Amino acid sequence: MTTDLTAPISPDIPEASESTTTAGRGKRPRPPFGVSAISILAVLIALFSLIPLAYVAYMTAATGWDTAVALIVRPRVGELLLNTVMLVVFTVPICLVLGVGGAWLVERTRLRGHRWWAVALAAPLAIPAFVNSYAWVSAVPSLEGIWSGVLIATLSYFPLVYIPAAATLGRLDPAIEQSAASLGLGPWAVFFRVVLPQLRIAMTGGGLLVSLHLLAEYGAFAMIRFDTFTTAIMTQFQSTFNGTAGNMLASVLVFFCLILLLVEVRSRGTARYARVGSGAQARSIRLPLRHFQLPSQLALLALTVLAFGLPVWFVLRWVLAGGARVWAADEFLPALLQTLAYGTVGAAATIVVGFPMAYLAVRHPSWFSKMLELSNYITSSLPGIVVGLAFVTVSIRMVPGVYQTSGVLIAAYVLLFLPRALVNIRSGLAQAPKELDEAAQSLGKAPLVSFLKVTLRLTAPAAAGGAALVFLAIVNELTATLLLSPNGTHTLATEFWSKSSEIDYAGAAPYALLMILLSAPMTYLLFQQSKKVAGQ
Amino acid sequence: MKIRAHALAGIALAATAALSLAACGDGTASPATTGTASADAATKVAGEITVYNAQHDTLTKEWVDAFTKETGVKVTIRQGSDSELSNQIIQEGAASPADVFLTENSPAMAQVENAGLFADIDKATVAQVPAEYRPSTNKWTGIAARSTVLVYDKTKISDDKLPKSMLDLAKPEWKGRWAASPSGADFQAIVAALLEQKGEAATTEWLKGMKDNSKAYKGNSTAMKAVNAGEVDAALIYHYYYYGDQAKTGENSSKVTPYFFKNQDPGAFLSVSGGGVLKSSKNAAAAQAFIKFITGKQGQEVLKNGTSFEYAIASSVDSNAKLVPIKDLQAPTVDPAKLNSSKVTDLMTKAGLL
Repeated sequence: MTTDLTAPISPDIPEASESTTTAGRGKRPRPPFGVSAISILAVLIALFSLIPLAYVAYMTAATGWDTAVALIVRPRVGELLLNTVMLVVFTVPICLVLGVGGAWLVERTRLRGHRWWAVALAAPLAIPAFVNSYAWVSAVPSLEGIWSGVLIATLSYFPLVYIPAAATLGRLDPAIEQSAASLGLGPWAVFFRVVLPQLRIAMTGGGLLVSLHLLAEYGAFAMIRFDTFTTAIMTQFQSTFNGTAGNMLASVLVFFCLILLLVEVRSRGTARYARVGSGAQARSIRLPLRHFQLPSQLALLALTVLAFGLPVWFVLRWVLAGGARVWAADEFLPALLQTLAYGTVGAAATIVVGFPMAYLAVRHPSWFSKMLELSNYITSSLPGIVVGLAFVTVSIRMVPGVYQTSGVLIAAYVLLFLPRALVNIRSGLAQAPKELDEAAQSLGKAPLVSFLKVTLRLTAPAAAGGAALVFLAIVNELTATLLLSPNGTHTLATEFWSKSSEIDYAGAAPYALLMILLSAPMTYLLFQQSKKVAGQ
Repeated sequence: MKIRAHALAGIALAATAALSLAACGDGTASPATTGTASADAATKVAGEITVYNAQHDTLTKEWVDAFTKETGVKVTIRQGSDSELSNQIIQEGAASPADVFLTENSPAMAQVENAGLFADIDKATVAQVPAEYRPSTNKWTGIAARSTVLVYDKTKISDDKLPKSMLDLAKPEWKGRWAASPSGADFQAIVAALLEQKGEAATTEWLKGMKDNSKAYKGNSTAMKAVNAGEVDAALIYHYYYYGDQAKTGENSSKVTPYFFKNQDPGAFLSVSGGGVLKSSKNAAAAQAFIKFITGKQGQEVLKNGTSFEYAIASSVDSNAKLVPIKDLQAPTVDPAKLNSSKVTDLMTKAGLL
C-alpha cells in the first residue's frame, strides 16, 4: 500500500535533544504560544487521532456480546485468521533475509557496481503493491492464494527492511568486528555474532513495517484472490456499507495490529548500540567476494528483475498495447490533478498538525508528551480501511455537514500518515538548538518572532522531507480513498483500481505508470534520507 | 479548521479544473447516443444532479453524456456497488447528496424503497416501461435487464453433462469446478431470486453447497476469465460479460460458451436494473427527467447500439441483435420489489461466503 520507513518503527525514537534540555542552565526560553496552548493543541490532536480506536471499541460494545461472538467465532474468520497469520509468518522472514542479505552485499562486500545495486534494491518501493500484483497477474494469470500473496508481498515490501539495514550497516563501527576477528572468530561467526545483533533495531523495525503493510494491503491481494481481514472487510463494506459483520472483522484486525506493536516493542530490547568515547569512526571494511562474486550478481539481478523489472515491463507493455485510446485526457488529467491536489494539501496539513506534537516532545519531554505521541503511533498503525470505516460512520452520524467532503478524506490522510511527518519534524527540531531561540529572545525578539525566524527556519528542510513522505503515501493510498472520497473524485489509485477490476488492463496502465513516475523521486529521496539519518 | 479551509480550497481548485476538462470531453459523445431526436425528454430542466451509480461506469457515462448534451444538466457520479450505495443512502437519510440512484440489480432498489426514501416515478416515465420490468408501487423503475448464464469450457463439459438446473451446481460432482463472484451485487441478486422462489431452507442448503464447490473471484469478468484460462470449468455470471468481451478482443472469452438454463429455472433469472429518484432530491425535476431520458427511446437505444449488451426493456426498443432475444430466455417470474438483499448478505455471511 504505502511506503514508509522513517515512520512508526518505534514509539520512542532517539532523543537527540535530551542532553540540551537536561543541562539545567538558566531559565527555559518561553515557547512561542505558551506551553499550555501547545499542550491543549497536542491533546486535541491526540484525541482526534484516537477516533478510529474509539470507534472500533464502541462498535464492538454496541453490537452486543452475543452477536459479536457469533460474528467473530465462525469458520470464515478462522480462514481469514489462518490466511493472515500464514502471510505474516512466511513473508516477514523472507523479507528479512532478502533485505539484510542485500544490504550486507551492497554495504560490506566488494560487490561490483555496489553503488548501482544500492539504489536498485530500493527501487521496488516506487511500485505500489497493487500495481505489482496487476503486473504479476498479467504475467502469470493463474496466480492465486497464499503463495502468490507471499510472492507479491515479498517483492513489494522487502525494501522496507533493506533500506534501514543498509543504512545501519553503512555506519557500523568496524572496530568491533576487528576485535572479534582478532579474538579468533571467522568471517561467518563475526557476521552472526557481531554484525547481526547490531542490526536488531533495523530488523525489528523493518519487520514491523512489513507486517503492518501486510495487514493493511487490499488491492494487491484482492487481485490474486487471496483473502485477508482487510479484503474481507472491504467485501463486507461493498455488500452492506458499514454492516456489523464488517465492523467485527475490523475489531479483530485492530487487535492484530496492537499485538504486533507489542511484539515489536518486546523484541527490540534495551541494549545500547551507539558508539561511545572520542575519536573518529573508521571506514568499514569490505569483504572480498572472490568466487561468490558471480552468484551474488546473479541473485541480485534476479531479485531486481522480479521486483522491479517485471512490473515496469508489463506496465509499459499494457501502455503500448492500449495505444493512444487509453490516454483520453478528459479522464486521466483530472485524476492526476486531483491526486496532486490531495497529495499536496494532505502533506501540508499533516506537517501543520505534526508540529505542536513534535515541539512538545522535543522541547518539553515528559511522560505526558510521550503518551500523546504514543497514541498517534498506535492509531496510524491501523489499516486505512479501519480509519475509513470510522470516519464514514462518525461523519455521517455526528457531523453530517462534513460528510463526503474532501476535508474528511484529508483528515483521514493526516491521521494515517502523521508519524511520517512527526519523525522528520522531531529530528529537525532536535537539531535546531534552542539556545539560538534563547539568544534571539534575549536580544529582544518576541517569543513568536524568534520561533518563526529561528526555529521554524531551521526545521524547514526536515519538515519538507516529512511532507514528501506523506505525499508519496497519499498518492498510493487506495482503501481509505475508496471509502471516503467525495462525489466525483477520481484519483490515480481509484481509477487504476476500477479499470483493473473490470480487467481493462490496457486502460489501467497509464494510471499505473503515472503512480510509478510520481513515486520514483520520493523513493530516491527516502533512500538518501535514510543514509543521512543513520549517519548522525 | 484552518487546515480544512485550505484543503477545501485546494481540492476545489482541482475539481474546477477537472470539471472544465470533463466539459471539454462532452463533445465526443458516442455516436450511438446521437441521432433520433427525443425533444420530449428535454423538458425545461436545468441545474445539477448527483447520481449514485452502481451500474457500469461506461454505460452510465454514455447516458449522462447524452443527457447533459440534451438538457445542459450537469451530472456528478458517485461510483459504488449496489448494496454499498443503497445502505449508504439509507444511513444518509434525508441528508443524502444523491438525487438519482441507479443499480445493476433490483434488491438494492427494494431496500431503499422499503426505507421510504424514493419519490414516485413520473407518470410519463411509468408509461414507457412495461409492467413486468418495474415494481407495482412505481417507486422506482427498471432501466435495463441482464440474464443469468453459465459460461463454460466446451472441452471440459460435454453437452449432456451440463447441469439441468442451477441448483445442481451444489451437488458433489461439481466440487472445485465452478466460479462465481459472491461479493458482487450481481450474484447476490441471483441468490435473492432463489430465496424468493424456493425459500430460506433451500437457499441455505444451496449456499452451503456453493461454499464447498465454488471458487470465489472478484467480479464477473474475472470469473469468466478464469474459465477461459482453464482454472475452472464453468462460471455463473450475467450474460453480457461474454458478449461484451466477444465484441472487443475476445481474449477473455475465446474458449468460453454461454449456456442458458431456461425453463423458468432459478438459473434463468432475469435481473432488472433499477433507477429511482430520491425523495430528498434538491433538483427533483432534473432527476425525474434523467430517469425519463434513460428509459426513453434515446436512452434505450444506448443499450441497443452501444457496447453494454444489457437488454433494452422500455420504449419498445429492441435489444442488441447479437443477444438471445429476451422472450426466448424463459425467465422465472419474480417480482423485483420482493427481492431482499440484507437477508441475502446475512445468509451468505452465515454460509461463509462473505
